[in-house]
Amino acid sequence: MKTDHIVNISRRRFIAGSAVSIAGLTLGIIPNVGAEQREAGPGIAGQAPETAGDFSPNAFLRIDGDGIVTVISKHLEMGQGTYTGLATLVAEELEADWEMVRVEGAPADAVRYNNLFWGKAQGTGGSTAIANSWEQMRRAGAAARQMLIQAAAKQWQVAAGEITVKSGVLSHAPSGRQAGFGELAALAAQQPVPETVELKDPKAFTLIGQRIPRKDSLEKINGQAIFTQDVKLPGMLTAVVLHPPRLGATVSKIDPKGAMAVKGVREVIEIPSGVAVVADDFWQAKLGRDALSVTWDESKAFAKSSEQILDDYRQLAQKPGLAARTEGSAATAMASADDTIEAEYSVPFLSHSAMEPMNCVVRIDKERCEVWNGEQMQTSDQHQIAGLLGLEPHQVHINMLYAGGSFGRRANPAADYLLETVHIAKALKPGTPLKMVWTREDDTHGGYYRPIYLHRMRAALNDQGGPHVWEQRIVGQSILKGTPFESVMVKDGVDMTSVEGAANLPYEIENLQVDLHSPELPVPVLWWRSVGSTHTAFAVESFIDELAVKAGQDPLVYRRKLLRNHPRHLGVLNLAAEKAGWGEPMGRNRGQGIAVHESFNSYVAQVAEVSVRRNVISVDRVVIAVDCGVAINPDVIEAQMEGGMGFGLSAALYSELTFREGRIEQSNFQDYRVLRIDQMPEVEVHIVASAEPPTGVGEPATPVIAPAVANAVYAATGKRLRQLPLRLG
Amino acid sequence: MLCPLAINGWQYHEEVDVLNLSINGKRHALDLDPQTPLLWAIRDQVGLTGTKYSCGIAQCGSCTVYLDGAPVRACITPVSDAVGKEVTTIEGLATPAGQAVQAAWRELEVVQCGYCQSGQIMSAASLLQRNRKPTDADIDQAMQGNLCRCATYARIRRAIKVAADKLAGGAS
Repeated sequence: MKTDHIVNISRRRFIAGSAVSIAGLTLGIIPNVGAEQREAGPGIAGQAPETAGDFSPNAFLRIDGDGIVTVISKHLEMGQGTYTGLATLVAEELEADWEMVRVEGAPADAVRYNNLFWGKAQGTGGSTAIANSWEQMRRAGAAARQMLIQAAAKQWQVAAGEITVKSGVLSHAPSGRQAGFGELAALAAQQPVPETVELKDPKAFTLIGQRIPRKDSLEKINGQAIFTQDVKLPGMLTAVVLHPPRLGATVSKIDPKGAMAVKGVREVIEIPSGVAVVADDFWQAKLGRDALSVTWDESKAFAKSSEQILDDYRQLAQKPGLAARTEGSAATAMASADDTIEAEYSVPFLSHSAMEPMNCVVRIDKERCEVWNGEQMQTSDQHQIAGLLGLEPHQVHINMLYAGGSFGRRANPAADYLLETVHIAKALKPGTPLKMVWTREDDTHGGYYRPIYLHRMRAALNDQGGPHVWEQRIVGQSILKGTPFESVMVKDGVDMTSVEGAANLPYEIENLQVDLHSPELPVPVLWWRSVGSTHTAFAVESFIDELAVKAGQDPLVYRRKLLRNHPRHLGVLNLAAEKAGWGEPMGRNRGQGIAVHESFNSYVAQVAEVSVRRNVISVDRVVIAVDCGVAINPDVIEAQMEGGMGFGLSAALYSELTFREGRIEQSNFQDYRVLRIDQMPEVEVHIVASAEPPTGVGEPATPVIAPAVANAVYAATGKRLRQLPLRLG
Repeated sequence: MLCPLAINGWQYHEEVDVLNLSINGKRHALDLDPQTPLLWAIRDQVGLTGTKYSCGIAQCGSCTVYLDGAPVRACITPVSDAVGKEVTTIEGLATPAGQAVQAAWRELEVVQCGYCQSGQIMSAASLLQRNRKPTDADIDQAMQGNLCRCATYARIRRAIKVAADKLAGGAS
């Protein structure tokens, strides 16, 4: 574990007489990094460091004179309960009154607010928010508590050891003295920062493990929460962009007359990604775009269809790819096997389709750019914007707002929609705030999709029916190639995100080969909630079911045997099966299916019950078991299991983005179908009790549902569906 | 050219396009094309941002508001349709059903990203206004036009029942 250095920055706050008006205690934990890493560079915001160990007035926590505890979240709240979780960690060790805790989004800073799992980069993704903050946030809270105690000891002239803290109140029992955090904040700020902090015994936790209320609920039910779409600044203009009809098409002629004739339209601006119409408000900009005439040169445009892409992939899958995992010799074992089983699985392109379509607000002034965004990858975006504007990264100030869903879309290394906004704003009078808004159709056509993947699976069984050889060949675009992540996460040509969930197959099989082809296509692709597992779990967990059927064994029993040495997989598998009543007769046209998968170091098993009538698949009930280490907030975990599964169910049953001659055939929710309430199953969540460090919950439920449902459909109908979305007939 | 239009009994001329709206009990005079969707009048002109844009074609329900108490999708409702009627947005939802729904939403922690929730709450409160004891089937039918990508649906169902109990006097 890296050692951090806790710095009291409130003293400098006083000295500098900064804008914060209420005297109080502010603590920052400064990652213990060398001086060279503090030089201005990608993602280092704010003013230059003054003295070693004290960077700028910033922190994870602030206590104001009125006793309000503000936790500064380095992570985005996009629905997963991150603000609540981080605040819980701080408040637990601080012994704060939960009612008095507020959360604020941190500015972009690669050194102060980096994701500890990502090195010098700030960002939220890979279900890491809680996992990487687990110790960091508790230590921030514990240090503040110790300083409050020191302050009270000084003020009351008593021994620090006699002071207790509970629910935001410090007490000295022998003298009967009491004081709230607010009363002691200013004095606490003058105390030396403890060299070491002591964290609570988990047995003493009062907030961790409890169903405490979310911090973002109230403002999201009364309409007060501010998303990027809601930002309004004085003099702000709104832009809508006309994008090329196909990838690779370019502008050959623009006739702006029609657009300019629309009331409120100010400018028509050609930018690299299309033609922007800028107006006083959204509707005017949209009408302007409707009236805009652009002739496109489509001679070099993408012209493939999804079927062609899959055909190409099928050909590729005949040949070995780059090895992602090799155990024994699959080729030899396969060649000598009497009877092999082979199956092909495939998944389509998918759009993230968050409820809030992509949008961004920027204001460019001389030597400064301010951004308002539901910001999933702060320092990467900061670097990209700075590069475009010729600024230093610290001159790009990012306001992190709530995101109306993201599912990975707002974490784009290419910073596509942000740069689009900056390109437009650059053409306006300096200092003009600009909101760029994608319509739903723009969002559906906006690229950065979950790629199409094809899996060719082969196996052969031994005398006991277990697989002695397993071969999985994966074909699909690399998400990371050409991004800054390539150097770290593409190893020997194998993109880890293409093979996660397959290369780490937990089933014990003597001869195992997982390999990968990463063909290139001009379609921009990106991570989509649970990334590689979105397709690997479907292929692996369906195919293992096929093997169980072939062996004439119960799919649960079959998995158990192959997972003997994987207790956490077994734990969730058995719990889900037990709670679901696995094996009970289901009646005509009904079936149960089971699947288990590890992603982001969390383990999830699901049992789905389906009914099939007139070739329509209804998922009636889903029982989920999860092992995510220490359960910080069981209610938030349950919500993520329910919602993550529901998100996966959209892709299992309905969502599909198809290309026809280079054009995307879907545009909005009428044809890019997603789960509706009448299609939502009953859902039960069971959490495995654990003392392991907490792991992610935002993504791990998503990939498990498609195979669970496909397996249930097989149980109900005898038909094996190997393509998503699942369709009968 | 002077072109008189009769919309909901109000007389307009294209050259005089000030529209008088009443939103959450407050009057607003808007200088707008009468065909502008009510959603953008509420958001961009009046500045109430609780009502959300997501699909623009009445496929998702995020923009649900009431006209004289009846739910409409503001993204496809011309602002002229709201003239002479009372517009209620999430910011002005004060009916007993609305309050019961909001309380139940908190109690069950329905929200995740929250972007669709104004629309969900408006639809749910409207359902309870019409039907004080909705079944699962009633809920599915009334709420299937409101999308939630976070899939908070299971909690929405439960919360509507909790809200129904609250309205019935707290018996559960």
